[in-house]
Amino acid sequence: MILAIDTSLGSAVAVVDRDGTVLAEAHTDDRLGHAEVIGDLLARVLQDAGDPVITHVAAGMGPGPFTGLRIGIAAARTFALARGVEVVPVVSHDAIALGLLESDDDAEFAVATDARRRELAWTAYTGIDADGLPVRHAEPALVARAEAEIALTGWIWGEAAQLDAGLLGRVAARAIAAGRIIGPDEPLYLRSPDVAAPKTASPKGGA
Amino acid sequence: MNRTEPLVLGIESSCDETGIGIVRGRTLLSNTIASSMDEHARYGGVIPEIAARAHLEALQPAIEAALAESGVTLDELDAVAVTSGPGLAGALMVGVGAAKALAVGLGKPLYAVNHLVGHIAADILDDSAEPLEYPTVALLVSGGHTSLLLVRDLTTDVELLGETMDDAAGEAFDKVARLLGLPYPGGPQIDRAAADGDPTAIRFPRGLSRASDMADHRYDFSFSGLKTAVARWVEQKRAAGEEIPVADVAASFREAVVDVLVTKALDACAQYGVPRLLLGGGVIANRRLREVALERGAKAGVTVRIPPLSLCTDNGAMIAGLASELIMSGRGASTLAFGADSTLPVTEIQVAPAPSAGRDG
Ligand SMILES: [Zn+2]
Repeated sequence: MILAIDTSLGSAVAVVDRDGTVLAEAHTDDRLGHAEVIGDLLARVLQDAGDPVITHVAAGMGPGPFTGLRIGIAAARTFALARGVEVVPVVSHDAIALGLLESDDDAEFAVATDARRRELAWTAYTGIDADGLPVRHAEPALVARAEAEIALTGWIWGEAAQLDAGLLGRVAARAIAAGRIIGPDEPLYLRSPDVAAPKTASPKGGA
Repeated sequence: MNRTEPLVLGIESSCDETGIGIVRGRTLLSNTIASSMDEHARYGGVIPEIAARAHLEALQPAIEAALAESGVTLDELDAVAVTSGPGLAGALMVGVGAAKALAVGLGKPLYAVNHLVGHIAADILDDSAEPLEYPTVALLVSGGHTSLLLVRDLTTDVELLGETMDDAAGEAFDKVARLLGLPYPGGPQIDRAAADGDPTAIRFPRGLSRASDMADHRYDFSFSGLKTAVARWVEQKRAAGEEIPVADVAASFREAVVDVLVTKALDACAQYGVPRLLLGGGVIANRRLREVALERGAKAGVTVRIPPLSLCTDNGAMIAGLASELIMSGRGASTLAFGADSTLPVTEIQVAPAPSAGRDG
């Protein structure tokens, strides 16, 4: 049984079996407050799923706004540690893409999500492969909102506001079944950490 | 749950140290720290986003290292503890998310606690010292905070007497070090530079120490005026083409900081009739501060306690230690609904305690 966690948009968790069936799901669409809700969401889906034996923890690795994104990844890592199981990293956009590809597995499109700072994170897809996994045309990238129409010319695209952790778990289930690693070990921040650093940092330092 | 000698794992991520501590009752089993300090050096101060990223990377290896050092397994834990605040919001959130998932994953109670009160709890883990007596005045000095507390009871009654109105003392050290062309972090650099200096060479101002400050800010601190005074002094010398006597400036600046810290702390001891002063926070590493506190404390009949430096800097052991005290005094766990509170008041020793005796029994 797979526990799926993603905080790249709101906070979403799900318990999904190895065939991809969603046993329980819980989420909040709030783009803040991930740290507040993550514990209750986890407790709820585990209870709703009948406290199953978790064999893998699927972690949505972004892209997504840093502060929230990290909370789900931190939670995935420590939950996996608690249960002595593996983390299965998943590109968050793959979950959104799978939702679209399940109705049309040849579709070509781009998924975009808010990246703050008047930018979008986007990933283009060209259908589904033999393992049932979305095929990325290129890796996730950032584009200014104002330039998105031009940058994404040729793609049918839309901005997603929510992410279904059930789909994230299903992507992980297919990756596990195929024995493939399809997500990065580290979060897809897509920005260097010092973009916000002032010229003279305000030391709010140690201890 | 074992309430006489609970086995607790504490997670601390309020600033640039990822701290994982494991305690059994009042016994320290592990104090594992991963610091991102080097990554902040070129900015001259902690960059919150860099700190938060580093926490995420360091957490799991630090937990594993702490368990290995302690020779315990996660299943054996009685509880998980975490810093809820105060501190850098984004950094705190990493620890909070991690602690909640760890507690839920293990099916163990979670205690969300106050970082500043944790600094006081650190003293209890020092098994070479006499037990901490109450009430005690506590002076917590670091790059993130400068606070004077009156502790009547660690788990129920901590009062904030005063705190810095602007920069933390550690920040002042960092900024003055930069002025003098010394690298980050400034504390040890100033200490080294001051070794050959004359602390009475330049009379720098003591913030909020005038008679007129005594009504409203008797126990508060201010270091931004001091920093400006040092900057102006250095500029004037440079403008006059004179060489900067770095050792004298460092020693005089350090003396001003130490003087105001110790004077106010001992004033609080006298006013509240408390003959005990506990020091905590990373700036306690400053040799001159320890020296002056001990010397003037002895003269004033105040016993000054200084925990080992490894427990003074931010660490997870103090967080585990505070939770252990809460458990031993019968307190229930926190609910899971708390968040990171960057300005958590010191009176909130435990965050989001369950309304009844606690779900953990
Ligand atoms: Zn601290």
